Amino acid sequence: MQPARVTIAPVERAVHDRGGWPTEAPIDRSEHELADWELLTDALAGALTRRGLLNVDQLRRGIESMAPDEYERASYYERWLFSIETALTEQGVLAAGELDARLAP
Amino acid sequence: MTYRPGQRVRVAARAHEGHHRTPGYLKGRTGTVERVHAAFRNPETRAYGAEGLPEQRLYLVGFAQRDLWPDYRGHADDRIYADVFEHWLEEAE
Repeated sequence: MQPARVTIAPVERAVHDRGGWPTEAPIDRSEHELADWELLTDALAGALTRRGLLNVDQLRRGIESMAPDEYERASYYERWLFSIETALTEQGVLAAGELDARLAP
Repeated sequence: MTYRPGQRVRVAARAHEGHHRTPGYLKGRTGTVERVHAAFRNPETRAYGAEGLPEQRLYLVGFAQRDLWPDYRGHADDRIYADVFEHWLEEAE
């Protein structure tokens, strides 16, 4: 388990700021066939960008705001989804908890 | 402050709460301006829904790998290049 925040020098770094992060673990370079939900997530980000509801810096900021342990567990497009939901909730497109309520069985 | 190619610059060693594109491993390090890219909207405010104005000049800065990693074992001439916004740079002697 990585520490949530590390200091290499000279300032504290957030979980996404990975360059030079001390680790012995090899870089995971494995690829996978994208699932439908991953393709849709990519398309959703593109559509929201064209509608002026998202830009790449907002997308990144949302990802960086994840709790460090969630960030570590999440896959690439899971992080995108987290960020998209954050952006849409902030702008009032989604109500807080709306997605969870709709997805509840 | 505008920098020119060949000039030595230091990346500000400051923390920044919130989105910024300056990698932690460069903070406090000194490199050389290789190129002035252009001015771009500021991602630090754009990340929160603002327009990102005024635009900030973006530089390509080169660093000696040996200046970044204390136990670097590669070639002495090895360099790493990074894009750094002007407001993260300071003049270095």
